[in-house]
Amino acid sequence: MKLPIYFDYAATTPVDPRVAQKMSECLLAEGNFGNPASRSHKYGWEAEEAVELARRQVADLINADPREIVWTSGATESDNLAIKGVAHFYKNKGKHLITSRIEHKAVLDTCRHLEREGFEVTYLEPGSDGIVTPEQVAEAIREDTVLVSIMHVNNEIGVINDIAAIGEVCRAKKVFFHVDAAQSAGKIDIDLEAMKVDLMSFSAHKMYGPKGVGALYVRRKPRIRLEAQMHGGGHERGMRSGTLATHQLVGMGEACRIVKAEMHDEQIRIGALRERLWQGLQDIEEVHVNGSFDKRVPGWLNVSFNYVEGESLIMSLSDLAVSSGSACTSASLEPSYVLRALGLNDEMAHSSLRFSVGRFTSEDDVDYALAKIHLAVDKLRELSPLWDMYKDGVDLTKIEWAAH
Amino acid sequence: MAYSDKVMDHYDNPRNVGKMDDTDDSVGTGMVGAPACGDVMRLQIKVNAAGIIEDAKFKTYGCGSAIASSSLLTEWVKGRTLDEAASIKNTEIAEELALPPVKIHCSVLAEDAIKAAVKDFRTKHAADQQSAVAVGE
Ligand SMILES: Cc1ncc(COP(=O)(O)O)c(C=O)c1O
Repeated sequence: MKLPIYFDYAATTPVDPRVAQKMSECLLAEGNFGNPASRSHKYGWEAEEAVELARRQVADLINADPREIVWTSGATESDNLAIKGVAHFYKNKGKHLITSRIEHKAVLDTCRHLEREGFEVTYLEPGSDGIVTPEQVAEAIREDTVLVSIMHVNNEIGVINDIAAIGEVCRAKKVFFHVDAAQSAGKIDIDLEAMKVDLMSFSAHKMYGPKGVGALYVRRKPRIRLEAQMHGGGHERGMRSGTLATHQLVGMGEACRIVKAEMHDEQIRIGALRERLWQGLQDIEEVHVNGSFDKRVPGWLNVSFNYVEGESLIMSLSDLAVSSGSACTSASLEPSYVLRALGLNDEMAHSSLRFSVGRFTSEDDVDYALAKIHLAVDKLRELSPLWDMYKDGVDLTKIEWAAH
Repeated sequence: MAYSDKVMDHYDNPRNVGKMDDTDDSVGTGMVGAPACGDVMRLQIKVNAAGIIEDAKFKTYGCGSAIASSSLLTEWVKGRTLDEAASIKNTEIAEELALPPVKIHCSVLAEDAIKAAVKDFRTKHAADQQSAVAVGE
């Protein structure tokens, strides 16, 4: 067993060996190293062929036309291109955007940037289950709204939004709809022929492809236009210039092909592992799941252990690679803005852990983690004056703590 | 976050974990910090008739450095007088544990905790001292 055991597939996934193989064929002099934009020789043609096959593989995963796929460096760039691209192109139509408080920073920071440029942004509050409803979106849309950007699956809690229904609302009100699907693609079915989504962001490294490559789906019918954010040789129909990174794109394409073929079986297996983890935690008191339990992707579990402090929990779980609900890099702990938006108090946000299992997780891994978690929680509660007080029936919310 | 060996040692084998009866006259209790800030320390001392700290216990909700600071403190205060214990400086704790700058507040909290425990003990006995004076008269 390789320690620490990896439980952070939401952060990134290792590259599938089949993907790595395809990528390695596009690097060396004997391989497919050409510039896909070289029109005058075989090296260029072969590279172009490989890139176009990859484009089709991405499109196939989401039931789209290959011509609707624009290559980018990842979901961050896709989010930037989608949001700034629409806002700038349609700025004479309106300057209002709608998003949610629990979007990825790639969306939130882009919106903040647009606010500084004079755009207005409405940030919808999700429910305590982490879900943004179509009704909320409908209510927030104004005459001057040009774009709604709502994520499909949240990266911290794994909760799924009903983007098909939100898409209907946006289309009826003639507002463009962007979806960050970095965490949903390859885990749940996405059918862009059926769903009324105009722009969708993807990232390869969340689905066993390489880091540094992604895609933006840009709908052709009805057509949506974007102002380019990267200017240059006019690649990707002018929407995103830059020599195409054949090995990266081939890697993303192969990752999409594999995940399309294996997704259903894989998600059943992964869901069973998550369930094993959750069942194994049932004998620990005061454990809470963050976000809706039912509307979530199979492999994700975000739980808070009450009366246990998060940083010490991570410290005693050093054999597990998990993500914590607080960034403990500074003196003042920063609880996760996502968990705060769900209404968790600071203590519960601090004591949260995100477990995400994936393709290479085994039952033994989960059992090992459960044993470690039990030891850690028992130890830290034995050390916790708050746990003592809770056990003595003291209501901790009634105590006046001396702030420091 | 990389922890020093000393922090790890106290974290892995915390000394003097426990709880004393805070209604006992020979016990002083100091509880400092707040859950929302991420640390709460409870430090208790048992003081003998000669005014020497015979025993000390702690429980801490907090990061590894907070746990280590309070654990170390319980070792240090045993055998000391109340005045000696109350004069322990956070900088001594931070130095002993090689705490990084962002964790200095843990040592400050430990200093606050021993001061609070000494104060609690003294408050409990303020009445005896007055009656002692009265008897002497
Ligand atoms: C929801 C979401 N959006 C965007 C990103 C950024 O993706 P990338 O690392 O490909 O830029 C991530 C992952 O970090 C994510 O989880």
